[in-house]
Amino acid sequence: MSKAKGEVEIIEKYCKGCNICVEFCPTKVLEMDLFVVKAAKPEACIACMQCELRCPDFAIKVNKIA
Amino acid sequence: MAYDYDKSIRPGKLPHIWCPGCGHGIVMKGLIRAMDTCELDRDNTAIVSGIGCASRLPGYLDACTLHTAHGRAAAFATGVKMAKPEMNVIVCGGDGDGTAIGGNHFIHACRRNIDMTYVIMNNYIYGMTGGQFSPCTPTGDKASTTPYGNPDPIFDISKLAIGAGATFVARTTAFHATQIDKLITEGIKHKGLAVIEVLDDCPTTYGRRNKFRSVVDMMKRLKDISVPVAAASKMTAEQLEGKTLTGILHQEDKPEYTAMYKEVIKRAGGAA
Amino acid sequence: MAKKVALLQGNEACAHGALYAGCSFFGGYPITPSTEVAEVLSGELPKIGGKFIQMEDEIGAMASVIGASLTGAKALTATSGPGVSLKQELIGYACIAETPCVIINVMRGGPSTGMPTGPGQSDVMQAMWGTHGDHAAIALVPASCQEIFSETVRAFNLAEKYRMPVQVLYDEIVGHMREPVEFPEPGELEVIDRTAPSVGPEAYKPYDTSFGDVPPLAAFGSGYKYHVTGLNKAEDGFPTTKADLVDAEERRQISKVKNPTALADIESNEEYLTEDAEVIIWAYGSTARSSRYAVNELRKEGIKAGLFRPITLWPFPEKRTAELAKQAKAIVVPEMNLGQMILEVERVAMGACKIAGVHRVDGEPINPGQIIAQVKEVL
Repeated sequence: MSKAKGEVEIIEKYCKGCNICVEFCPTKVLEMDLFVVKAAKPEACIACMQCELRCPDFAIKVNKIA
Repeated sequence: MAYDYDKSIRPGKLPHIWCPGCGHGIVMKGLIRAMDTCELDRDNTAIVSGIGCASRLPGYLDACTLHTAHGRAAAFATGVKMAKPEMNVIVCGGDGDGTAIGGNHFIHACRRNIDMTYVIMNNYIYGMTGGQFSPCTPTGDKASTTPYGNPDPIFDISKLAIGAGATFVARTTAFHATQIDKLITEGIKHKGLAVIEVLDDCPTTYGRRNKFRSVVDMMKRLKDISVPVAAASKMTAEQLEGKTLTGILHQEDKPEYTAMYKEVIKRAGGAA
Repeated sequence: MAKKVALLQGNEACAHGALYAGCSFFGGYPITPSTEVAEVLSGELPKIGGKFIQMEDEIGAMASVIGASLTGAKALTATSGPGVSLKQELIGYACIAETPCVIINVMRGGPSTGMPTGPGQSDVMQAMWGTHGDHAAIALVPASCQEIFSETVRAFNLAEKYRMPVQVLYDEIVGHMREPVEFPEPGELEVIDRTAPSVGPEAYKPYDTSFGDVPPLAAFGSGYKYHVTGLNKAEDGFPTTKADLVDAEERRQISKVKNPTALADIESNEEYLTEDAEVIIWAYGSTARSSRYAVNELRKEGIKAGLFRPITLWPFPEKRTAELAKQAKAIVVPEMNLGQMILEVERVAMGACKIAGVHRVDGEPINPGQIIAQVKEVL
């Protein structure tokens, strides 16, 4: 079975830069760019949904693409 | 697929007012998922709150929402539920709102076992007014009104609810995102007063004063102090020192208040 | 068929008036001397499928009433001075959230616990100014058991029509006195229900002023989802701090009661022998009963006395009081407090005549002799 892949969508205007998603992403997809998160390594996303679940600001959506 | 929160949130209301890293948003997401799981008809659902950061939650949700006065959410909600028992009633608010100024309404809602789900976000502090100590601020901690450390003992909200007669009491934390919606779902399905205490973080007014370096530190602490009820039964008192039990802490079947009142109507010869 | 007549206590008449008006929810807390209202309704409401709940405290009772009202119920609470003091914050909530409800205040002595079993009229200023912030108030002051019945009906009507809390104040004497009360036939007294929205849920705004100063109110659970808050709000019900919106909202909430049409609708007074009166006794509640007796006695002695009795105390009957001040040589204001409504009478009289009070707070009613003596003194 191939590993799941995900696509991270960031709604920048909602992001308050709390860093929770960056910290709890197991494959280090995300990083802070000043005070807004960005997907620095989008190809590493395994669609585990941790960032979406934990984002307090409704600023991250993850869609499974594989 | 990404979870569709948008259909539950009123258009144009995001971003919300909560500070960066505040867990209330995580709880709100959990509440939305639980309401979806229970397929609650939003037209027939009242979400009632008091005053404080957590009490701003209802305004974001597409339902019949009632943002009341400080501490009074449970009493307003009781009026809604009594007058229209067919409505789903969810109460939400913070620790100060629910157990200090609203403590009397809280314990009596528990005692009546009226069919409502009370989601209480315990972030150990009065956040909106700038970080004064609440009945849930740990003894010794710093708040804007305890500059020398808090001399007060705390309320254990879940124990308070159980003691007052709530028939479903559960606890989780803002770290345990998936458990939030599972427990709220159980609470909504439960017939009677359900209390779901969510230990939460206030990085702005509690974390800063109490040596948490970051939001992430606060989240990690919530993870570290939590012990599921089942696991706790196999642990020694020493191992449980400083830990908090999570999961369903109490559940029992008891007559529900509006059902009891239907019997009163019957005895009086009226038609409900 | 002869009408039903019963020997009722004022408090019992109040409960039956509420039922006549269509009250289906009572939230209360026991307090002397109002408890009989709750006792009667605990028995009567379930008979019609209505709801009675005894809450954990006075504040909770007021909260439950507002919550019930938002589901569409006509909701009532009854209490006395200390209870009204506790309810004040939420009376303000009902003002700003524009939620119809009726609060009965059976007045006793005060402040604080005061004299729970004695009569008083010292909550009349509180009825206007008790809650914080600018707001309008409607307060009715019946003087007999029959009038308590009809004024309770009117209180519900005004609450529903103007979307706001309405208080009915009567003193312990009328509350506990028994008189024959004739039950009006259905339809004999007007019963008003709140205006339901004429637009669908998508277009509905809970404070939509395009329908006038009193926006239609949808019931929770009727397909309309909207937000209610105690914060200053915009037409859509959501909080706002925009200066122009806040200002307009605050002013509308007062003008909806104080515009001339509304004032004429809300005001209610009784006058007795005032046409040629040289001295007006300005009295309300049970004190007006002593005053009427005093007027008759004074007339026998050739003193042209008349009685002005406000039944609506708030909004204050400014126009008529001012006219009487111009007509008369003096106005005497007897009240069971140390001088409250007399301040309003003085304000609107603007020095046009002499004004004197008769005040008593010892738990005894004001008797005609005291009023007569003061009239003679002032003339």
